[in-house]
Amino acid sequence: MENTEQRLSRLRGGGDPEAHNARTIAAMTRNPGCVRRAIMDAAGVDKPAVAAAVGHPTSIGRLSDFAVSRGISFETRVKSEGCAELLRLLREQLGLPVPQAHYEDLGSTGKGETVSGRYLRSKAMLDTAEQGTGTLFDHPLLRLSISGVWAYLEPDLVAFQLGEKFYVIEIKSFPVIDGVADASKVAASVTQSAVYVLALQSLLSEAGRDPGLVSHEVILVCPKDFSNQATATLVDVRKPLAALRRQLSRMDNIAALLHLLPANVTFDPELPAMELAQALTQASARYSPECLAACEMGSFCRAEAKGSTAILGRTVREDLGGVDAVSTALELATGRLQPTKDLLQAAHVLRLAQRMRTEALAR
Amino acid sequence: MSTLTALARVQAAHHGAAQQICTVRHLHVHDRPLVLVPLTLAGETNAPLAAMVGDRHGNPQVLVVPRPRLREQRFVFVERLANIVLSYVDGFTDDVETLPAKRKDDEPRQRFTDAPQVWVPNPGGVEYLRLMGRMTRFRQTTGDYAVAAGVPQLGKWATWLAEQAEYPDSSVLVAATQALTGFWATGQSSLEDGNLAALMGWIAPPAGMTAEQAAATAEDPILCPPAGPATDPQFDRLVLAPALRDLEEAPSDAVRVRVQERLTLALREQMQPTWDRVWQAIGLLGAQQPGGSVEQRWAADRDRFSDFVAYLRDTGHPQAKRDSAVLGARKLHDMERRLANFEAQRAFDDPLVMGEQRMTGEAFTGIVTWSDPLRTVTLSRRVLRPGIVVETEDPLRLVAGDADLRDPQRPNQKASILRLSESAGKISVSLELQGGTGSGLTAPPGSVPAVGERVTYSRLQVSYMSPGQFPARDQTPWTHGGPPQPYAPATSDAAEDWS
Amino acid sequence: MTAAEQAERAVAEIIGTFTSGAHRGVVVDSPPGAGKSTLVVRTSTELARQGEQICVVAQTNSQVDDLIIRMATAADDLRIGRLSAGDYRPSDEVSRFPFVRVASKIDDLASCKIIVGTAAKWVYVTDGQWPWAIIDEAYQMRSDMLLRIASRFERMLFVGDPGQLDPFSTVEESHRWAGLAWDPMQSAVAVLLRNNPDLPQLRLPLSWRLPPSAAPVVAKAFYPFTGFEAATAPQTRGMKATAAGLGVGPVDDVIDIAAETGWGFYEMPARNTIRTDAEAVQATVAIATRVLQRGTETYCEHAPGGRRIEPGRIAVGAAHRDQVTALRQALEASGGSGIRVDTANRLQGAEFDVTVMLHPLSGRIDATAFHLESGRLCVLTSRHRHACIVVGRAGIPDLLDTHPSVEPIYLDAMTKFPDGWEANQAMLAHLAGHRVAAF
Ligand code: SF4
Repeated sequence: MENTEQRLSRLRGGGDPEAHNARTIAAMTRNPGCVRRAIMDAAGVDKPAVAAAVGHPTSIGRLSDFAVSRGISFETRVKSEGCAELLRLLREQLGLPVPQAHYEDLGSTGKGETVSGRYLRSKAMLDTAEQGTGTLFDHPLLRLSISGVWAYLEPDLVAFQLGEKFYVIEIKSFPVIDGVADASKVAASVTQSAVYVLALQSLLSEAGRDPGLVSHEVILVCPKDFSNQATATLVDVRKPLAALRRQLSRMDNIAALLHLLPANVTFDPELPAMELAQALTQASARYSPECLAACEMGSFCRAEAKGSTAILGRTVREDLGGVDAVSTALELATGRLQPTKDLLQAAHVLRLAQRMRTEALAR
Repeated sequence: MSTLTALARVQAAHHGAAQQICTVRHLHVHDRPLVLVPLTLAGETNAPLAAMVGDRHGNPQVLVVPRPRLREQRFVFVERLANIVLSYVDGFTDDVETLPAKRKDDEPRQRFTDAPQVWVPNPGGVEYLRLMGRMTRFRQTTGDYAVAAGVPQLGKWATWLAEQAEYPDSSVLVAATQALTGFWATGQSSLEDGNLAALMGWIAPPAGMTAEQAAATAEDPILCPPAGPATDPQFDRLVLAPALRDLEEAPSDAVRVRVQERLTLALREQMQPTWDRVWQAIGLLGAQQPGGSVEQRWAADRDRFSDFVAYLRDTGHPQAKRDSAVLGARKLHDMERRLANFEAQRAFDDPLVMGEQRMTGEAFTGIVTWSDPLRTVTLSRRVLRPGIVVETEDPLRLVAGDADLRDPQRPNQKASILRLSESAGKISVSLELQGGTGSGLTAPPGSVPAVGERVTYSRLQVSYMSPGQFPARDQTPWTHGGPPQPYAPATSDAAEDWS
Repeated sequence: MTAAEQAERAVAEIIGTFTSGAHRGVVVDSPPGAGKSTLVVRTSTELARQGEQICVVAQTNSQVDDLIIRMATAADDLRIGRLSAGDYRPSDEVSRFPFVRVASKIDDLASCKIIVGTAAKWVYVTDGQWPWAIIDEAYQMRSDMLLRIASRFERMLFVGDPGQLDPFSTVEESHRWAGLAWDPMQSAVAVLLRNNPDLPQLRLPLSWRLPPSAAPVVAKAFYPFTGFEAATAPQTRGMKATAAGLGVGPVDDVIDIAAETGWGFYEMPARNTIRTDAEAVQATVAIATRVLQRGTETYCEHAPGGRRIEPGRIAVGAAHRDQVTALRQALEASGGSGIRVDTANRLQGAEFDVTVMLHPLSGRIDATAFHLESGRLCVLTSRHRHACIVVGRAGIPDLLDTHPSVEPIYLDAMTKFPDGWEANQAMLAHLAGHRVAAF
């Protein structure tokens, strides 16, 4: 009998699973109702490769080189000289009492250290860090269980311990202008921070300490106004945390979703395109236009959903009274189709709408 | 969204062509608009890279910042942009009209007979102007960080324009995608409608292409450069980055000039399709019949334009970075009232918009089946209260006792529902009318709807816009942080970094 | 300490803190049915009896009338003024009290000890300052309204229920002011406290309305940080249908469960429907009228011997106006007249014995911020003294689980807790244990 892990491995066509990172984990909360995505994420399927193989290459996550290099140079600035700039912000802007700070780089030693070995080192350092002083931990290695498999996260951020509390610090290169930042960028970033908060909590639990020591406020560091100066803001991440926890616990039940899939189905990017596309349709999707920006499979699923009202937008189907096909909606509206009992009310509304449109446009 | 718009999307998807969701256009379309297609450098905050700008389709000015990371070059760009925008705006400050005073003791008012209208491709363009305004309006024309006079002036105008765009009834700054989706529904989602090329593909596909093909092509950044302000990452990597590097390393002026020409050409190619589409959008919308109150709203835009010109000629301080408590409350008050009036005007001008009200049962259209223009009731004395009965097939959700309903044909007449009765799928609504019939006990002919007339009653109304009672700025109460600091120019603002 | 003593101590502390005059503002959080109006009446009449003049600001005309009637009943020795619009005509109940004076100009009320008016009316009082004011339903008032009237008063007592619906704006999409300490779209209390975090914040600890079966549930879902308790003991409250049900129908079953446990969830088969889902409307109406038909009686501290539920003691609630109209029409058709039907917005502050609520997410495909707003569900599930029955289609937990969390986050914005999504989950988890499946 094949166990879940083996099944997942076969699903992705053998080989190592795609490594998750905070961005891909955060993205899981963007369409939690989609079985296709849940299974692909759980199995660590190479989604961009699959999307390309079925003729719908994705551009998600593709950034301009200019943006990437700005991001790197900003982060380097903030963290230079043992995070001097960062400490200044914590003291001056957030009023945190940091008399003097230690800086610990938990980055890879490069001496053939294994991932789990590095994790243990991070854990040991974070667990035994001397309390009462401020300590900045750079490049800690954290991990989170995604449907029973450890995903190792290497945040290029620092965890900051002050007194008893741990704070997650997220450095981003979008600006805060007069105290205002792009709200969807903030949401995306702090959802990623929430992944680290969760991972840090689980690290502390493993070490037998109170996970509540991790603050539910993360420190977001961004360029100020139009300059290269940094500014720090505390952001409450309780909402993204709750969404994340719930989605991860759903992923833990991945076995239940796997049962919905015929045993011979795999999402191996090496499969012939037709076969792969066929396999994908075996896992039910829940397409909405938001997918285009949130999931690598967006373009494929949109093509698949052609003819359904889902491609017109999340609220449209609601406004049409739950009718899910474009042609049905139109036939009900024009009276060519007799509604079944469950569509009686929807049909009535659609006919009325049709009458109003015809009447108004004819005048 | 409403069921009517949802159905229009369904029809569009089915027929492969955009569908009208309005019978008339509610936007003022200028006969001499200024179009601005901006591009920015990725990774920096609103760092200008290039722009195509002008008030004639065939005659765009192409501005390029050859070394976008150099502060001086950015200022050169802003100066040139300022020259174009300011001379366009100034062109509307020559002709004035005089209007009678609003109140008895006031002086007669003056306003300009026309106002500027700036088009950008999408909401990103509006944001570009807002940030451009923020970057430049605090700059000073004297002192250590002196800039040309046009720079802060452009900042104030850009800020004003971007702020007007927050009010749905204003037409001085228009994002083409929003103007188009206000009139047409496509067979794709509103998210995809944000792509100007895809949207135009549904409304007016290029010859030989279906709407779907056009929309699909629009998603390929090679075939169809994005409408900005952000550029395509591939373009950045393959074209822009090498050109910028070559400029940096150019061994001689001659080489530099050649690279610069190459860069300008490449950027122009990125902007040209968008430039053409914005003009095409202006043409398509301009060709639509305007709604009855478009002119009135444009007059209000002209009022605000005139006020702002006067403000600039007076103190002309740059607008605050964020609203103070009193200013914020005032603006919210204006925004809500202007929105309510705009919604009413649109419904009155456009049966499709009114249709949305009728769908929800908040309004109804029907035929007058009985009319008594001489009906009177006795309150403290006998007064005229004409009565009518309207028969409707609409799914009415109003009930007996609902009052203050209005028919757009008689805006000064209020109706209240006395009774409702239903038979054979039709509802008969008995209405009592008040107002709009003169002062006597007989209603002048035509002032009361006659039998056979088609009428529409709703709760919508266009009301007088009261300025509202607010404390003075220096009287801001302690509950809201007390009075804010008055404005004083700060060197730190003038010296602000543009990384 | 008895419940009454505990409540009295809280009230005394509040009045003491306010009348000490040491603070320009005092905030009182009052959970559902905790005696907010009683507090307002007590504070104003006590101050007035000490010879002080006190102004009361309410949010709607009916709230003003309600307060005036309570004050006039409690103190017939005090002159009360009602500041009103020019065309206001006093209701019969208000005109019963000859010492209540109605005027549209504040100067005409100078002789009154207590002056009550809506915030919208106080805006037009542009001069003068009064020493004491109570801002009633302060969480329902928008901060821009407070800005316009705050200077009229030296000290203010802000009273309201933090769990209810936030004030509303027609330009909700505008985020121009997000993050500002004086964001005009926020509630008056949120802005007040953001600018003055040190003001005393007190609370009323006991609900006299919600029965012991409801108080902990509502407190946990909607008031997770402060909480409150029921003032009554479990045995004090009871409900019983005098005519037995037919014993087979789910409508009777859900009424029986609600009579026994205080909660009922009538779950209909899953289906995506339009908003005015005819079957759900029918079911809601059937339950409400069936409660009457069965001669249901309630027992409580006011009627230990039991009394029969009258139509006016039942409420039917929904999220949308069109749903309310459909429910009203259906109720009229089935002889349920006298039962109050309204949206959550309008049911705020009202109290009934039994409530039957159409769940805001019933039949939907997607949730929106409107449907998830915690205040909406809180209002709908906290109006009852005895039992609350919720009607909805199956699949709501799933709908919540599949709700994408993509809400934008504004820096320094005042976020409301609890989150509507979580509050909904908590309430559904509770209702799951009181479920009756419809056929
Ligand atoms: S794009 Fe497809 S697979 Fe991805 S979340 Fe959307 S529906 Fe699911």
